[in-house]
Amino acid sequence: MVSGFLLVIARDLRLALRQRADAWLAVLFFVLTAALFPFGVGPEPNLLARIAPGIIWVVALLAVLLSLERLFLADFEDGSLEQLLLSPLPLELAVLAKVLAHWLTTGLPLIAAAPLLAVLFHMDLAGLGVLLLAMLLGTPTLSLVGAVGAALTLGARRGGVLIPLLVLPLYVPALIFGVGATDAALQGFAVRPHLLLLGAVLLVMLVVTPLAGAAALRQALE
Amino acid sequence: MHRFANPARFTRIADRVLPFAAGGAVLALALGFYLALFVSPADYQQGESVRIMYVHVPSAWMAMVIYVAIALASAVALIWRHPLADLAAKASSPIGAGFAFLTLVTGSLWGRPMWGTWWEWDGRLTSMLILFFLYLGHMALMNAFEDSQRGYRAASILALVGVVNIPIIKFSVDWWSTLHQPTSVMRLDGPTIHPSMLWPLLIVALGFKLYYLTVVLLRIKSELIAARLRALDLAMVKGS
Repeated sequence: MVSGFLLVIARDLRLALRQRADAWLAVLFFVLTAALFPFGVGPEPNLLARIAPGIIWVVALLAVLLSLERLFLADFEDGSLEQLLLSPLPLELAVLAKVLAHWLTTGLPLIAAAPLLAVLFHMDLAGLGVLLLAMLLGTPTLSLVGAVGAALTLGARRGGVLIPLLVLPLYVPALIFGVGATDAALQGFAVRPHLLLLGAVLLVMLVVTPLAGAAALRQALE
Repeated sequence: MHRFANPARFTRIADRVLPFAAGGAVLALALGFYLALFVSPADYQQGESVRIMYVHVPSAWMAMVIYVAIALASAVALIWRHPLADLAAKASSPIGAGFAFLTLVTGSLWGRPMWGTWWEWDGRLTSMLILFFLYLGHMALMNAFEDSQRGYRAASILALVGVVNIPIIKFSVDWWSTLHQPTSVMRLDGPTIHPSMLWPLLIVALGFKLYYLTVVLLRIKSELIAARLRALDLAMVKGS
């Protein structure tokens, strides 16, 4: 079972490595979209520093959203999802493995790019550690919630447009606690409650996603 | 439970319940709105605009109750493959979205004299906005498939994920709004509300519940009739 789990991750990582452009696209989108904000609100350093955590989180959320459609779609179209369903590995674990691979190829690169944005937005670098820690706890939640949306819309008309409508309302808690942690660190308040709540949301989704995602894949393959 | 899966039996029962539900809804709403608009006193701070509350608060309750009803129907549909539960979830979703929208509109109208703005990022209004989006997602997913069965199944799973997440969203939005602004003027909770205002509120809420029952039964009936028409069409095409 463990080997099957690792095999699915290894396969997805190898696929991502062969199409490196996809992973780069999410990071590029992340940096580019954030770079538009100074044009929109003006380059005043204090204002940019004030809104930096919020911008970084919202843009990270959109970048994850962008990458969700291809989470199951390619496997659905070429039939490997059916093979996965037939394999001895429980589908719940297969979903978890695919989500983990998705996070490794999108969430982790976004976290790596976040310090660059923090510098561009004149964010006080004392808050950088907390920002990265919060993203480390929050971006897996984004992948987990997104996976349910991606699985539910397989084979739907306009599936790509549908995913944001399903997923964005459910992203609100992660966004609130993620930004809250960074803001608290910058203003000298307690960071721990925000991070604990972010971790709690992650744990809840860690239970809900494999069940709901596997149920969604089963009904898509019926 | 599967006794009621028979469409003919369901239609018979629905036809018997419908007049009472519809009549009750009309009576309760007439009485409730009469008490709310003419009998109940104006608020000493908010004046006459407090009467918006008699639509706003019951709609907010309905928007939340209907989502839970959808989640229950979805669970029944997924566990027992009950065909009428799918139809009940499908019939409820637009009504819930309507009540959520009504809550937002009345909240905005009430906010204008109270806060001086059409929209305030108040904790409750914001969570109602997110609930409204959840309803829209549910409706969109329900109608996104060629095969209606797949739409039902997918929307059921979404409703269950949504109902797990709603308390988390509600809590996080409350936490967020207390961090960013002082408590709002619009505080109605607690036992401090006077009976002369509480009774109209409860009667309107009862009227809304009966209205929901009426519309949901009508919509399920019309879905059943539409399904029968499709089957007849198919039979005609095959026969000819």
